[in-house]
Amino acid sequence: MKVVVQESPFEPGQVVADYQNSLPRGKHGGVVTFVGTMRDFNDGQDVAAMRLDYYPGMTEKHIEQVCEEAAQRWDIVDSLVVHRHGDMYPNDAIVLVAVWSAHRANAFDACRFIINYLKERAPFWKCETTPAGHKRWVEHNSRDPKAEVVSGNGSAQTVE
Amino acid sequence: MNVTVRYFASMRDRMGCADEVVSIGGDASTVAAVWAIVSEDKPMPPSTLIAVNMAYTDAAAALKDGDELAFFPPVTGG
Repeated sequence: MKVVVQESPFEPGQVVADYQNSLPRGKHGGVVTFVGTMRDFNDGQDVAAMRLDYYPGMTEKHIEQVCEEAAQRWDIVDSLVVHRHGDMYPNDAIVLVAVWSAHRANAFDACRFIINYLKERAPFWKCETTPAGHKRWVEHNSRDPKAEVVSGNGSAQTVE
Repeated sequence: MNVTVRYFASMRDRMGCADEVVSIGGDASTVAAVWAIVSEDKPMPPSTLIAVNMAYTDAAAALKDGDELAFFPPVTGG
């Protein structure tokens, strides 16, 4: 398991390939990845740039906890999360979640769980800049209709 | 006792600083009591999230000397 919160841009395909090369050969039958990228629009307005703030220490801790929980709930080989902070622009990769497992179902389920939990609980905040230079904090994320509801004590329940 | 209070995102803008050290008489307090001091008794925005020593908690949580308390709005990462 590896969690990285970094300011510098990254190329998701290369990061996945490099990490996969460090895994034991022949133990995984597939990798499922989710890459979140920056849109140039949000809530009906154009967006020219964005800054992501985070809580150093707490953010990494919560992403590590969700990766550990995913490893307990599903039979997976390994997981990797890379998340940007700082200034970024449309098309930039914001977050990468990659999960390796012997069979695809566990990798799909664990990957979805990690990104949904991360979006609900990991302390990041987006501040968007419009083309006119106006800055605004994003007040909420859009929800995956199959997202798990996370309670205050960190446990999760699926609602569909 | 002293508690370090940190503010993030729109809460930092609202409070006018990123962090401050709050001194409280006695050797125990609560999140709600510290909020009353730093906000000058203003109500806490209903969507505010609270963490003590980097773990989510609520306004009734107890505090001890040296704790790190954080107030921030709903998270929007990913």
